[in-house]
Amino acid sequence: MILIVAEHAHGAARKSAFELVAAGRALATASGSPLAALVIGADPSSVATELAGFVSDVHVVADPGLEPMRAEMATRAVVHAAETLGARVVLVAGSRSGQSYGPRVAMRLGGAYLEDVTDVSYEGSDVVAQRPTYLARISATVRSQAERVVVSVKLGALAVAPLADTTGRVHQLDVPFADEDRRLEPGPREAAAKGRVALEEADVVVCGGRGFGSSEAFERHVVGLADRLGAGVGATRAVVDAGWRPYGEQIGQTGKAVAPSLYLALAVSGAVQHLSGMNRSRVIVAVNKDADAPIFKVADYGIVGDVLEVVPALEEALAGRD
Amino acid sequence: MTIITILKHVPDAESRVHAKDGALDLSGATFVIDGMDEYGVEQALRMREAGLDAEVVALGYGPASTTQALRTALAMGADRAILLEGDELHDPLTVALALAAVVRDEAADLVFVGGKQADWDSAALGPALAEALAWAHVDWTTAFALEGDAFEAVHDVDDGSETLRGRLPVVVTTQQGLNEPRYPTLPNIMKAKRKPLDTRPADVGQELMVVTGHTGTERERRREMLEGDARSAAAELVRRLRGEAKVLREEGR
Ligand SMILES: Cc1cc2nc3c(=O)[nH]c(=O)nc-3n(C[C@H](O)[C@H](O)[C@H](O)COP(=O)(O)OP(=O)(O)OC[C@H]3O[C@@H](n4cnc5c(N)ncnc54)[C@H](O)[C@@H]3O)c2cc1C
Repeated sequence: MILIVAEHAHGAARKSAFELVAAGRALATASGSPLAALVIGADPSSVATELAGFVSDVHVVADPGLEPMRAEMATRAVVHAAETLGARVVLVAGSRSGQSYGPRVAMRLGGAYLEDVTDVSYEGSDVVAQRPTYLARISATVRSQAERVVVSVKLGALAVAPLADTTGRVHQLDVPFADEDRRLEPGPREAAAKGRVALEEADVVVCGGRGFGSSEAFERHVVGLADRLGAGVGATRAVVDAGWRPYGEQIGQTGKAVAPSLYLALAVSGAVQHLSGMNRSRVIVAVNKDADAPIFKVADYGIVGDVLEVVPALEEALAGRD
Repeated sequence: MTIITILKHVPDAESRVHAKDGALDLSGATFVIDGMDEYGVEQALRMREAGLDAEVVALGYGPASTTQALRTALAMGADRAILLEGDELHDPLTVALALAAVVRDEAADLVFVGGKQADWDSAALGPALAEALAWAHVDWTTAFALEGDAFEAVHDVDDGSETLRGRLPVVVTTQQGLNEPRYPTLPNIMKAKRKPLDTRPADVGQELMVVTGHTGTERERRREMLEGDARSAAAELVRRLRGEAKVLREEGR
């Protein structure tokens, strides 16, 4: 069987869960095997009900120690479910969480780990996938050589699955957690900016670079434009290092990877490490005062100019309909 | 105590890396220590400089050229280095199992490893190594403090950051924000040449994941420059985004 591990927040499944359903359905059809979902958390019953509209069997592991997510707790739960249910393929989100327990699950199952893939399918009886490598400049084809395989799927890489015409059954699973699974004690958390679209789920991303000169200018222009467009806010490392924006907004090798329909890079030079986090965007716009800035090489539309003039002009153009 | 920092030797980010006929071409690349791994070396050195009685051992898996990355770590201040020599492998799980044997031999209680590799773009080595050792791990770490065998770490999670407390042993994956890695000084580079570097053949198993091809990810981009002053260029951009690119769901405000 194919098992997807559905992530959730605030009582609802994350977008990635439905991306996994889509990937899972394709694999299930290709291999003629059933598809099931696993939901783990303190009390994920509402998420299970939601997922039952998409897959015919939803398995639930409820334990207070699963929230906030601890990699070893999650590993125990997923491994137990995979073994009990006889899963051959386990699909997890390519989120920070999924990438934290995914390798552990694969190793404990004695299986292969295909990491952060942008595409996954069957070729004969092997699971094959595409994954970005070399700071996302290369896409490698990887192939599992094991009976079991754990695949983490890059956030936003696949289209979400449509609702199925099913009312799936929800099953409770008891997991024999060990003391060591709880050995890390979660303390205080700092949440990223509230009320804003999650970066990886945003259809439009407005990203600002050091060229804005100050956190005030960044706030006024980048956040202002993002608010108007209902977009996510991104930042370069130079901006994060300067303390203007939180690390959670950083895009690139050491930040997040996004692939929105529209990416606006404003006063961003376009360093390799930055490009690796946004080069899968469908349409890229660059505004930079330096006509030779590398960002223009990957842009669909470019404007050479001062962001402090171009962004207000953009706001104006957006406000007036043509 | 013994602190192990794991290192990888990777193409410099500015190097040209491309794919041709399904194969990877790294002929134009210069190789350096992975920037993400340097934070771990720096962290171990700072802990020792703050009074911790610890030996800092740099450990790398890979071909003989990995020695250069290990020498960089020695020049930064690591005490000795171990090269686990073997062919280039892609599967982090296989590498983790080989490295775990050395960590056990060395009786280390703290291992640092970069959060994401600059060549394989993988974040799996740290968690996999912890699993192989049956240790806990903390990933994407931006602060790490040790008192006795109790540690407190701050690390990034999906929706922000979180503090974690625990006890050694632990594998910690490092990233930007943890510290500012030092540059090796010339005298230290000279001194590093005399520090012990032990090379052992790696005992690796069969890879469960293999790579069968490579393609470039560069996309065709329009690369159209919109001319004129700020107002006319901005107006033209909005027209294009609404019209030919169809990427603006209009908010209509
Ligand atoms: C290991 C490692 C990991 C890294 N990871 C990341 C990462 O995840 N994400 C990331 O972004 N970077 C990362 N970097 C850093 C990266 O190499 C660049 O230094 C960084 O992206 C530069 O940010 P920037 O474009 O804002 O600043 P700069 O490179 O300083 O560019 C500013 C740009 O703004 C333009 N400009 C200035 N003023 C104006 C104006 N008024 N109007 C219009 N344009 C203007 C300038 O022409 C310039 O092109 C990493 C580096 C290393 C070594």
